[in-house]
Amino acid sequence: MGKRVGMEVSIAAAEAVKQANVDVISAYPITPQTHIVEHLSDLVANGEMDADFFCVESEHSALSVCVGSEATGARSFTCTSSQGLALMSEITYIASGLRLPIVMILANRTLSAPLSIWNDHSDVMSIRDCGWIQFFVENGQEVYDHVFISYRLAEDRKVLLPVIINMDGFTLSHVIEPFEMIEQEKIDQFLPPYQPLYRLHPDHPITMGAFALPSIFAETKKAQEVVIRSSMPKISEVWKAFGDMTGRYYNPIETYKAEDAETLLVTMGSLGETASVAVDRMREEGRSVGLVKIRLWRPFPFEDFKQVALKAKDLVVIDRAISVGMGGPVASELKAALYGYDSRPSVYNFVAGISGRDVAPSDFIKMVDKAEIEIEEGNKEGYELYGVRE
Amino acid sequence: MTKPESEWTWKELPVGNVVLEPGNASQYRTGDWKSLKPVLTQEKCIHCGLCYIFCPDMAYNLNEEGYFIADLYYCKGCGICAKECPTGAISMVEEET
Repeated sequence: MGKRVGMEVSIAAAEAVKQANVDVISAYPITPQTHIVEHLSDLVANGEMDADFFCVESEHSALSVCVGSEATGARSFTCTSSQGLALMSEITYIASGLRLPIVMILANRTLSAPLSIWNDHSDVMSIRDCGWIQFFVENGQEVYDHVFISYRLAEDRKVLLPVIINMDGFTLSHVIEPFEMIEQEKIDQFLPPYQPLYRLHPDHPITMGAFALPSIFAETKKAQEVVIRSSMPKISEVWKAFGDMTGRYYNPIETYKAEDAETLLVTMGSLGETASVAVDRMREEGRSVGLVKIRLWRPFPFEDFKQVALKAKDLVVIDRAISVGMGGPVASELKAALYGYDSRPSVYNFVAGISGRDVAPSDFIKMVDKAEIEIEEGNKEGYELYGVRE
Repeated sequence: MTKPESEWTWKELPVGNVVLEPGNASQYRTGDWKSLKPVLTQEKCIHCGLCYIFCPDMAYNLNEEGYFIADLYYCKGCGICAKECPTGAISMVEEET
């Protein structure tokens, strides 16, 4: 078993990038991602990590450098938050279209305006359709673990897609947690050096990023869509291999006391841990409530989700972002996933905890109370912004 | 490219649409963009080669008789050659369909 240490989550994330033998780091500091790149910068400057650190002038450049370095076959890493992601959003689509297995940690933070540095998921929802595999993690250990998982997955010849690890800003990035660090030898075995399928090299000239006429564009998108959808078994395989190595097994949809639960809370990210406390309290009161945590956001695990969700009577879905004019993006996708089933559960949607507003266990209980009453009264597809002062 | 782009299926595309064959832009028929084509009046030509130099698509080639002739497979019909020709030997005429 690896060494157990107490560490700030951002520092552990940076240590994972070091242990993953990343060749190129290109990033621009932005709260709350800053500690990750600062620590990486230290590691490179002190000679503790054999990598090139590119101090670029913007996030657009940060990801552009990664596109270039990854194209030459260098394992590349970037990290950002909020406005930084918005600025690099153009390049996110390019990285996936070119099938470059870059890994990014996104310390999730609210998109302005109003200007806010705190946590929610509005940043990542703005690039929901960018074609990267997207994980949401719940705690620091999962961030650390998913750096290795993501590179192994991304670089697999059957996948070759970039990966985003979503971790809640501050709630995770700035807290000190216990970590089980993995021995370097084990990581080297789990994550061998990157063997690119194609790379830019003067001896074997190829072109990446050529334009496509309408006569070939749709075929290209189809290939991209098929590869991300069919990466599902590979994701499970990598999680299984990681679990066999560490004892920590992951699933696309995680559940807590969800068996036979009539009402299921649905969360994504660090809210899951708080929600589980609320579930314990409600179970103690004899209420039939369970929890579903979405770990894999893209490709969306329809089958795994349906298996759990179709057994429940009500879903109470907590979104940490608003698709203004439409509601919560997670809830709308879950509704779409359940469409077509006659005996589907009601989906009641709360947008809660935006811009880092705390969501305590008691809040989850209040949301379940409210949803159950509303659904009982016939409002089966309700939506509201939770806790707003009238 | 072994066959025209419009015949490729999604399964046949290289990963990330990389172009594995260097220089295959030469197979791209830009000549069908044009509506006007350059026509040379040989009597006026002084063999200066300005058409060859200014052509942005490198469509001009020297033929055996010493005249620069635009390869209509590539010529987009931009008319720069006709504009630059010091003797007015090149005229742009409508392509017959």
